[in-house]
Amino acid sequence: MATDTQKAPEDTRVVVGMSGGVDSSVSAYLLKEQGYDVVGIFMKNWDDTDENGVCTATQDYEDVIRVCNQLDIPYFAVNFEEQYWNKVFQYFLDEYKAGRTPNPDVMCNKEIKFKAFLDHAMSLGADYLATGHYARVDHSNGEVQMLRGVDRNKDQTYFLNALSQEQIKNVMFPLGELPKPEVREIAKKAELATANKKDSTGICFIGERNFKEFLSEFLPAQPGEMKTLDGEVKGKHDGLMYYTLGQRQGLGIGGAGEPWFVIDKDLKENVLYVGQGYHHPALYSEGLTAEGVNWLSDKGAPDAFRCTAKFRYRQEDQSVYVEQGEDGQVHVTFDEPQRAVTPGQAVVFYDGEVCLGGATIDQVHKKEREQVR
Amino acid sequence: MKNIYVDHAATTPVHPEVIEAMIPYMNEVYGNPSSIHTFGRKARRGLDEAREVLARALGCQYEEITFTSGGTEADNLAVIGYAMANRENGNHLITTQVEHHGVLHAFEFLEKNGFDVTYLPVNADGIVSVKDVENALTENTILVSIMYANNETGAVQPIQEIGAFLSEHQAVFHSDAVQAFGIERLDMNELNVDMLTVSSHKINGPKGVGVLAAKKELTIQPNLYGGEQERKRRAGTENIPGIIGLKKAVELMETTRNEKRALYKSLRETLLSRLQEADVNMLVNGSHEQVMPHILNVSFPGVNVESLLTNLDLDGVAASSGSACTAGSIEPSHVLAAMFEDSNRSQSALRFSFGYGNDLEQIEEVAKRTIKIVQRLQT
Repeated sequence: MATDTQKAPEDTRVVVGMSGGVDSSVSAYLLKEQGYDVVGIFMKNWDDTDENGVCTATQDYEDVIRVCNQLDIPYFAVNFEEQYWNKVFQYFLDEYKAGRTPNPDVMCNKEIKFKAFLDHAMSLGADYLATGHYARVDHSNGEVQMLRGVDRNKDQTYFLNALSQEQIKNVMFPLGELPKPEVREIAKKAELATANKKDSTGICFIGERNFKEFLSEFLPAQPGEMKTLDGEVKGKHDGLMYYTLGQRQGLGIGGAGEPWFVIDKDLKENVLYVGQGYHHPALYSEGLTAEGVNWLSDKGAPDAFRCTAKFRYRQEDQSVYVEQGEDGQVHVTFDEPQRAVTPGQAVVFYDGEVCLGGATIDQVHKKEREQVR
Repeated sequence: MKNIYVDHAATTPVHPEVIEAMIPYMNEVYGNPSSIHTFGRKARRGLDEAREVLARALGCQYEEITFTSGGTEADNLAVIGYAMANRENGNHLITTQVEHHGVLHAFEFLEKNGFDVTYLPVNADGIVSVKDVENALTENTILVSIMYANNETGAVQPIQEIGAFLSEHQAVFHSDAVQAFGIERLDMNELNVDMLTVSSHKINGPKGVGVLAAKKELTIQPNLYGGEQERKRRAGTENIPGIIGLKKAVELMETTRNEKRALYKSLRETLLSRLQEADVNMLVNGSHEQVMPHILNVSFPGVNVESLLTNLDLDGVAASSGSACTAGSIEPSHVLAAMFEDSNRSQSALRFSFGYGNDLEQIEEVAKRTIKIVQRLQT
């Protein structure tokens, strides 16, 4: 599966991961326009049926079929339910059990899309794997670098931070140079069946369903008390796993003054700490420790350096100082205090356009009080 | 690279002579056979002739032929239609675990509606035991449905024996013979069956036509309500072009059946021995003796069947495995699951099925391409 740049497009097989959405549809369209030997493949990662007993993935697969027929490319499906369950969903549950807020998209990219699916594509004689991600790859520096998508609003490198050189060296991101509105325009001009399809939101396996209900099917909820940092009981919570740091909705605390926010969780005592005001000081931190760091470059990263970072998707870059510790740990110090940095989420590092890599946030360091609890 | 079609158990190309025969029934003889004018009479004549040809082919009487929209509708009509109309005689039904979904899901529907259903197991060859049928039978049994030949493995069931045994019992005997039609001679009297399902598109006829041949004394509740066509067993204006196509396909089949069987047998043996000679890990699924000559089902342990099928298709070989779910991914085969405990075996199973247009040269090519892919995927 060599990355042979001498190959003509028509002799270059590109397997496109197609979800039935507009982004992957346009990716396939652009590659086909460029003359590649394009093969569309739909991944079925989750087994669920609707109220009529019809598999919930059916609609998306049918959209893949319609688009592939429009493009006159072959389409296939592949089933990764088992791998997804073991590698992504178990992690998702384990993280919630540990009181953290997992990011299944990061794990899905690392374990499924750019591992199981990449292997599958390569077993089909593919030269490249393409997806509809908003990111770019740059081969000009010897190594492959992953760059942000030019559409800052849609850039998805945050979710791709856990990939390795091996995983991205044969990858194409045809949408990386395009702003999202232009992608929609291309789809409309080409009259693709998915041109007006709504973008999917939320976590893929939960879909449109109620998150709380979904999670309660898999994890027992332990209701407990909701307290202020001074120990005043403000009500009951339904189970710590249902709440995220910085969350405002769903607390059910009325009364005068500023709105209430989740500011901390105490897993041991099963207490949800709440405080008043978006800018409650207890929500702010000055640094974090993250684990399982991944550097996209095989050369790794310096022991200590300055760069920018994101602690959640779509956040503005923040200036940070990174120090590498033992066993894949990194200590990150923020130039400015950061609100609601959440354990379980990814911290992703950037040098200008280049995504350097990332790690999973383990501990958050707050001002003047090591831990709230 | 030329595409090679070895999925004739799924569906078949329509024979050119069948197409020729159908055309006049679309542009000239377009009347409704129920109409009492010249146009209607001409269509009716075509319909009657087709009914006669089918009755002769299946060893039944003219009025015992009911044209349907296909095998599934005929299966549903036989299973649901007979059970619902004869409930007062008993509540127990017998079938096997390896039936086509057109039969299996019909029984599941009846089960939900209060019937007791026995789903008989099969042995590792995919064959049901006559003894098991005997043991399952009760005085409440009103219907037994067992397929003639399995669509995934080609395994042929002991229909005649079971039929002979059942002739002493009140239970009527239905057999889905869709996969055997066109290759095996089917005579309802010799087979001792009361109802038989066949389909047009598996024998180089058009899609959308099937037949339920059912003894005329049987009471069958229709699945469709409307006009009085097909002796009230199946309402709706008859699909005349399709039925004419089926008639022609049957006539062609009657004259070519023996040579076809010989050809498919040699194609099957060739493919099998090429695969066996090659350096690949392989298991044959289904009986070696009691098997249809046009189906070869093999497992390649350690190979993911989705990868295998996709690779084969990209290399121009159209084969199949189990059935695809509505989201496109391959579902584990209920047939192989009934035969083997090892789920890896069914997850790596591939079905080749031969038919009109296949020749030895093609099969050598299929063997070559398959071996290359399997060797790559097994390393």
